[in-house]
Amino acid sequence: MQDAVTQFPWAIVLILLPLAASMIGFLLPRLAMTLGLITAVSLILAVTGLGWQIHYIYDGAYQHAVGGWGAPLGIDLYADGLSLLMLTTTSLVGLGVSVYSVLYFERQQALRFWPIWLLLLAALNALFLSADIFNLYVTLELLGLAAVTLTALQGGKAALDGAMRYLLATLLGSLFYLLGVALLYHSYGTVDIALLAERVEATPAVWAALGLMGAGLLLKTALFPLHFWLPPAHASASAPVSAVLSALVIKAAFYILLRLWLVIFSPLGEGAASLLGLLGAAAVLWGSIQALRQTRLKLLIAYSTVAQIGYLFLAFPLAGAAAVSAWSAAAYLLLSHALAKSAMFLAAGNLLHFGGHDRIVDLDRVVQRLPLTVGAFALAGVSIMGLPPSGGFIGKWLLLETALQQGRWDIVAVILLGGLLAAAYVFKVLGHALTEAAVMHEPRAVPKTMEWSALLLAIAAVLLGFLAVPVLAWFGLSEVFGISGVRT
Amino acid sequence: MNWDPWIPLLVVASSLLPGLLIFGLAEERIRLRTVLNLVGAVVKLGLVGLMLWGIYHEHHYETRLALLPDLELVLRAGPLALLFVTLSAGLWLVTTVYAIGYLEGSPHRSRFFGFFSLCVTATVGVALAGNLITFLLFYELLTLSTYPLVVHRGTQAARRAGQTYLIYTFFGGALLLLGTVWLYSLTGTLEFTPRGFIAGLETEHRSALIIIFFLLVAGLGVKAALFPFHGWLPQAMVAPAPVSALLHAVAVVKAGAFGIVRVVYDVFGVETAAALGVTAPLAALAAFTIIYGSLRALFQDDLKRRLAFSTISQVSYIALGVAIAGPIATIGGVVHLVHQGLMKITLFFCAGNLAETLGIHKISEMNGVGRRMPWTMAAFTVGAFGMIGAPPVAGFISKWYLGLGALEADQGWVLFVLAGSSLLNAMYFLPILHRAWFRDPPDAWPVDHHFGRKETAWALLLPPLVTAVMALGVALLASYPFSPLEWAMLIAEREFYRP
Repeated sequence: MQDAVTQFPWAIVLILLPLAASMIGFLLPRLAMTLGLITAVSLILAVTGLGWQIHYIYDGAYQHAVGGWGAPLGIDLYADGLSLLMLTTTSLVGLGVSVYSVLYFERQQALRFWPIWLLLLAALNALFLSADIFNLYVTLELLGLAAVTLTALQGGKAALDGAMRYLLATLLGSLFYLLGVALLYHSYGTVDIALLAERVEATPAVWAALGLMGAGLLLKTALFPLHFWLPPAHASASAPVSAVLSALVIKAAFYILLRLWLVIFSPLGEGAASLLGLLGAAAVLWGSIQALRQTRLKLLIAYSTVAQIGYLFLAFPLAGAAAVSAWSAAAYLLLSHALAKSAMFLAAGNLLHFGGHDRIVDLDRVVQRLPLTVGAFALAGVSIMGLPPSGGFIGKWLLLETALQQGRWDIVAVILLGGLLAAAYVFKVLGHALTEAAVMHEPRAVPKTMEWSALLLAIAAVLLGFLAVPVLAWFGLSEVFGISGVRT
Repeated sequence: MNWDPWIPLLVVASSLLPGLLIFGLAEERIRLRTVLNLVGAVVKLGLVGLMLWGIYHEHHYETRLALLPDLELVLRAGPLALLFVTLSAGLWLVTTVYAIGYLEGSPHRSRFFGFFSLCVTATVGVALAGNLITFLLFYELLTLSTYPLVVHRGTQAARRAGQTYLIYTFFGGALLLLGTVWLYSLTGTLEFTPRGFIAGLETEHRSALIIIFFLLVAGLGVKAALFPFHGWLPQAMVAPAPVSALLHAVAVVKAGAFGIVRVVYDVFGVETAAALGVTAPLAALAAFTIIYGSLRALFQDDLKRRLAFSTISQVSYIALGVAIAGPIATIGGVVHLVHQGLMKITLFFCAGNLAETLGIHKISEMNGVGRRMPWTMAAFTVGAFGMIGAPPVAGFISKWYLGLGALEADQGWVLFVLAGSSLLNAMYFLPILHRAWFRDPPDAWPVDHHFGRKETAWALLLPPLVTAVMALGVALLASYPFSPLEWAMLIAEREFYRP
């Protein structure tokens, strides 16, 4: 009995449950929503179970050979603190988005949304549990296609246009990545990450592979200047889909990049790290300025994502000397951004649903009728701006501290400036929240579940500001990111 | 069970919880909202009273929660913290009563009182913060929670004022954050310590420490309205009167000034700061702000704007007191934290009464108003004499100690600043009093609300009378235990100059 509990294959549940639910959903669309909700709740349990196993049984890293065939022949599942972080993020945002979606979609749309959404969850979870670069490719491709389909689901010219650009970008990205995989496989005869890590040397083939995979993943992560596809896609999709795209889908590509960097490529590239840092800095500034210039709420939020992604890349040049603190900062920013940004998109969805438009200058009367939604936007904004108390602040503090210890004043300046610009664009919206404006018409009511799911995600982002110690310990990030460069 | 470690947290929670509950209340639940507000305020005062007694008898109140791997959220009640907490808790109660009367019948009151409570929560957090990161956390929370109050009226002017406020305070916040992180990367601790925690770094990191000092002071100076960071304060006058009271006396500018005291004494240590040569420029800047604010006040016809420039001037007494870097001047500066609060809140309550009852906003409209509203103007007169520094009102005590302290520290020039400021204060307050008491009232007031035989509503009249009596009382009873002056001496003895 004891064994049955402790040995329960939670990792497999994480993949198979949403996959099965998705398949049943395709076949029996009427069950899809119920299944979706059950799955969303179960995933929280499963990820907690897996976390517990990683923590107390597997001592930091879980490994499972599917069907008893280990690498290099079979498929391995692998999960350490970093995977756990991503899985947890996915399950939290996934639950919020699922609850939100229950009353968001019209009946016809709902029938199509739920199976694909579950498929996307399965793809994400599988991606975070993959132990080899080819599986990563497969899941990445699956994820991209599911995401594009969800984007197109909204219908209409803008959404189809955005989805098309998105499709081309994601296919191109996967293609580049696949070429890199092929190069590595050709050179070393394996796709297993751990085995590759032992064998890789600085040869031209490896450099080419790094370049190809890096380019493909950066395109999918939408790092400046490869972000061109993101704003139209994220802004034109329906609200829950935008939330998932910004909070999770681009993070998946970032996760692969980080994983490969940590294990395979980091010995290779001082120069590459600086380049990534530089692009990150440019993304922070450019994305924030663009966000500030937008007149539509959803575009503003989408550009904010471009900026926030930049922060994650600022950790690369810092990690050489202080791996643990730099990556912990990035991880914390990633988690808080996922929660805050999904809350923001869901809140925007409410405003759009209520007022029928998302022109920022005309938001006054809409905003005043939805205090919970505005509250969600404001709290999420606090985290995005990196003001205390919030998860965003903790991440920013860790990053600033690391940058200062290394005397990287350029990065310090970017972080501070990015925070100020974020405050400017968040308050560009919130400035309308407290003005007096006559209510012109009695618009559609917004269901309470939609308001509360946005608010709870935002509250979670703020609460992260008080939970840094337990959260960092739970994910065991200091072990994942190695013992080098611990603070003196 | 020993409750001592939890009391600071309870003090913070006693306004946080009512605030959160009030957000959830429907607009028309007036009675429940009032009860929540008052219960919160009274509970807070009770807890503060308990801590005052405890600190006097050398108890130790400290809450520690993990915030980051090597940093904690620390709430600690020392003598200095309690001075500020007592001020804000006491004035919060008075201001709440006033705000209930002032906002009667106006829209969005749940929102208003929700943010009002959050604002006091943040202030108490600032006061009790036991290290710089806790301070920073509540300091930013204060910014966020006052913004909705500043723009509460929702007019274009309010929105512009709110925008200006945010631009100033966010820049200040960024400077403060930078200074804090930088300091942390040098010292590895942020714990407020008597005589500072940077000892031993002066020679190695001298220039870095000097820059950090000015980063911190600039970040705090924005809220303390030190020149040239004062621009937001006069603009924020569009906010309702209780909010002005909150900004000027209870929370915002006080948080900035208090922060400067903390930085000089508990981060750098006053000897170290003086050795780094940073206190002299701070004293000069504070002195300049004192004169500059008074000069600008002289030329304002709008009553609230004149009071706002007066605040800019008066709050810098606190910075001046600590920057003179001697024990007696410090007592003067620290005690002025309380004294200025009592006097200025009285003046703002009175200005609010004039505006609400008679529609008077400008000084030129104040002719003969003393006959129509004698009690209000009596309170105003007490506040004004206090600002000038005339005995027996609180302001006199502050100036006396500042002057003595300056002489003790061989900085005679400060006396000229104090005298000049008193003269200017007299020049911009006495004409108001003259108009109010000795000129003939106009045939009709701009607006005239009648409240039976009273001059205005009870909830509006009582708070300024109470605070005016307190402003007199703290001066007349200054030598009794638990008076602000005695407490300031206790602070100097136990915290700043502990051997």
